[in-house]
Amino acid sequence: MRRGDHAAASRALTAVVNDAPGSEALAKEFFKASGSAQKVGVSGPPGAGKSSLTGRLIAHYRAKKLKVGVLMVDPSSSISGGAFLGDRLRVMEHAVDPGVFIRSLASRGMIGGLTYAIFGAIHVLETLGCDKILVETVGTGQDEVEIASVADTVLYVTTPAMGDEIQAMKAGAMEIGDIFVVNKADLAGKDKAVADLKAALGLGHSAGQAVKAWEPPVLATSAKNGEGIVELAAALDGHWTHLRKSGEGRARLKGQHATELQFWIQRRVIKSALDRVTDKILEDMVLRKTDPASVGRRLLEA
Amino acid sequence: MDKPLRVLIAKPGLDGHDRGAKVIVRALRDAGFEVIYTGIRQTPEMIAAAAMQEDVDAVGLSLLSGAHLTLFPAICKELKKKGLKDVLVFGGGIIPDEDIPVLKKAGVDGVFGPGTPLQTIVDYLKGKLAVAR
Repeated sequence: MRRGDHAAASRALTAVVNDAPGSEALAKEFFKASGSAQKVGVSGPPGAGKSSLTGRLIAHYRAKKLKVGVLMVDPSSSISGGAFLGDRLRVMEHAVDPGVFIRSLASRGMIGGLTYAIFGAIHVLETLGCDKILVETVGTGQDEVEIASVADTVLYVTTPAMGDEIQAMKAGAMEIGDIFVVNKADLAGKDKAVADLKAALGLGHSAGQAVKAWEPPVLATSAKNGEGIVELAAALDGHWTHLRKSGEGRARLKGQHATELQFWIQRRVIKSALDRVTDKILEDMVLRKTDPASVGRRLLEA
Repeated sequence: MDKPLRVLIAKPGLDGHDRGAKVIVRALRDAGFEVIYTGIRQTPEMIAAAAMQEDVDAVGLSLLSGAHLTLFPAICKELKKKGLKDVLVFGGGIIPDEDIPVLKKAGVDGVFGPGTPLQTIVDYLKGKLAVAR
């Protein structure tokens, strides 16, 4: 895999994501090999153009001969467990480029825009030798902020028609962007959207907060015609330099490891306990033969 | 818990009529599959590369232009070239009955024409892929 074998990476991804027997030993090796690529999170509401913008960034990085890994997450159905992973079709032009590896992932029961296996998948791509790893979240609402503790740099993508500065002042997703992008700049209203975002972000530092070493820039792009992509790539590089020169890079990495540990526990303990809830248990609860505390304790101890 | 089966639905060649492919995507999603769709106008190389990177259990091809005798075997060849010998290949679209044996010989396991009940395709995939696993 270190020599860039895509087929091997693909099988490793399946093993890690499916938590297949023996994958833990593999995952340990991948973790050791990881830690040097820039992980860029691409987040924002559905239809803002995250995938198309990701395609533009791939092209930009490839022109600079950088190896690019891409993970694109789409939601799993809470009803069937199935998923329609529809991001890849926006980046098919890079399908046969040996310097690009793209994998679609389903959220598989995780709320928050990602999937519990995201770190394992990232480490596989780091082992493969990718210089840049783009992680695209599920289309998000106002409250999905998990990407901030997974990526080094969060790109928050919005469009000219996403509301005024009051929307941009809300807590949650709008707080986590390291770079804000008003995509679809080919549409009307781009300048006002950029101004609104800047106004909301520039309302000043709250009392008691340290002055930020990094002020998130607001950029306009068009994934459709390529406008603003060079500037966006420069901002991503700028943030990466900032992370490495300040202490923030290491602080973020620690935060990522804390989250990775949290996901591991959530997946192995909480999710595995919940997967063992049977209809019989629920039936017993309806009949008041048992209660949440008794069942919960039993499932956690099993 | 069983992990969802993964299927790539692809439209090779120049034909842009993708409603059938989308109907299949939707049906498989609702049957619990993780479905990746390539979109229209894909080359055999692109489809095989996507199948490899996505590590899918099956590849479904949809074609209505008449080029299936050229493109379906070309895709099977590309998949084998990438070492994907175990991936189930199935197809659908406007495919005359007399062409089916030719396609099967080339590596297309199942061919489903217009009017095939969606449940037939779901059952076919679940049956074939359960054995494969």
